Amino acid sequence: MIDDILTVAWKEWKELFLQRGTVRGGTLGLLFFIGVFGIFLPWQVGPVWVESPLVLLYWAWVPLFLVTSVIADSFAGERDRHTLEMLLASRLPDRAILLGKIAAAVGYGSGITLVSLLLGVLTVNVAFGRGELLLYPLTLFVSIIAVDLLTATLAACVGVIVSLRASTVREAQQTLSIAIMLLLFVPLFGGQALPDEWKSSLLSFLSTSDPSLILLFAVAVLVIADLTLLWFAMARFRRARLMLD
Amino acid sequence: MIGPAIRTENLTKDFKTVRAVDALSMEIPAGTIFGFLGPNGAGKTTTIRLLLGLLEPTQGRAEVLGFDTLHEADEIRARTGALLEHPGLYERLSAEDNLEFFGRVYHLSASERQARIKELLVHLGLWERRTEVVGNWSRGMKQKLGIARALLHRPSLVFFDEPTAGLDPVAAAALREDLASLASKEGVTVFLTTHNLSEAERLCSNVGVIRQGRLLSIGSPEELRTGKGRQRIEVLGRGFSDRVLVMLRQRPEVLSTSAQDNRLILELKEDADTAPLVSLVVGSGAQVEEVRKSKASLEEVFLKLMEEEKQ
Repeated sequence: MIDDILTVAWKEWKELFLQRGTVRGGTLGLLFFIGVFGIFLPWQVGPVWVESPLVLLYWAWVPLFLVTSVIADSFAGERDRHTLEMLLASRLPDRAILLGKIAAAVGYGSGITLVSLLLGVLTVNVAFGRGELLLYPLTLFVSIIAVDLLTATLAACVGVIVSLRASTVREAQQTLSIAIMLLLFVPLFGGQALPDEWKSSLLSFLSTSDPSLILLFAVAVLVIADLTLLWFAMARFRRARLMLD
Repeated sequence: MIGPAIRTENLTKDFKTVRAVDALSMEIPAGTIFGFLGPNGAGKTTTIRLLLGLLEPTQGRAEVLGFDTLHEADEIRARTGALLEHPGLYERLSAEDNLEFFGRVYHLSASERQARIKELLVHLGLWERRTEVVGNWSRGMKQKLGIARALLHRPSLVFFDEPTAGLDPVAAAALREDLASLASKEGVTVFLTTHNLSEAERLCSNVGVIRQGRLLSIGSPEELRTGKGRQRIEVLGRGFSDRVLVMLRQRPEVLSTSAQDNRLILELKEDADTAPLVSLVVGSGAQVEEVRKSKASLEEVFLKLMEEEKQ
């Protein structure tokens, strides 16, 4: 099973990055992304970039955008390009196809985030180090990696579910954009819409609570959301159903 | 393998109100080439999807290589190869990468993959272009690569949906030769759909004709051409009047008659005596030059079956 998942992920990455060794537009876009988030922003922000726990909020959203930019293509794209039927006619188990596609998207989003993260440390040290090594505190670094993986998985699962239902890549991308917008704006505006009393108690709770407890709570919510969505995607992914769709 | 490669019993598939495959029952012996013939929308592709376990039957059942299509489809897909309606190649990848992917899917070792990919690409004349992105290739080249992918893991059974579509005559002839050799030398069962009836006639040991999901006829091309339980007489000459045609149609041993230019064709029951019928024709004043027992071409049989079914 692991071999099959890796085989599917290998194919997905190959399609993403390569066109027989030439750099595609997507790869150029990626280099631009890494340049902005690994060099430009850390250089602008300074040592705070590696020291403040608030950067965690920022890094939580980055894989979301990276993953959604590629995952819409997973099933809707295969259907569009008439490759889905041959993939389904192969010996690959349903779960290997599904998990291989999710693994490829998560690896893509998290991998690029990690590269940007490490490049950011290098930039901050080159620009502001002055003989002193500036590093992310270990707990912050581990938290960023964990949240990064969890949000990437969340985006990949939502993307797969949307892509399974969509008949074209464009339709999948549109639906996914709406889903991500909702994910971003509902907590933001939902928070604003809360009664003042609730808002002030929430703020006082956040300011007085241990930040690591809040982080643990957020991680637990993400884990539950990921597992639920993964289970739902696995339940939906059936060869016969895909052929009929 | 012992027993038939494919066996279906009353296999039926409905899509909402449309019956795509209707009570299909057939057996295809292992190591043979079976041609599945029918007009567009007859149910050929749906049948292949059912046999690969990609669709679940509404009624009935099917066994492929001894495995049930509903419960053991993974086993079937591990032992079969397919080239379906679309070649289904990854067009952003090179030919070599496409085969590399499917080689990994079928768990071929790295050295096996390398050797097999080279063998197939050299054989199909694609080796020199293996590093090119498939998206830029012609339809015929994609079709050849699709064939290579279907045969990559040396399956016991291959499904080919219109395999020679898009191939030039030389490549099509070479493919027919390859398929014949696959079946005869390697014992591979080939299930192919085609619109090219002369191809089916030359290649297939058995053919099935399907229309609107129903199997109209099945047997060897020879059996279909002769017609089971019937014989065909061709009378060449002049002066075949309408009167003689009416008289012939009244005879119980005559199944059908048709006259075209200087040719009269009679379909008769298998045990019919032809001499009295020839006397009747001569007695009607027609000038007979030649009488011969003939066989319809597969194309004629096919068209006739379609016509009968329509009526």
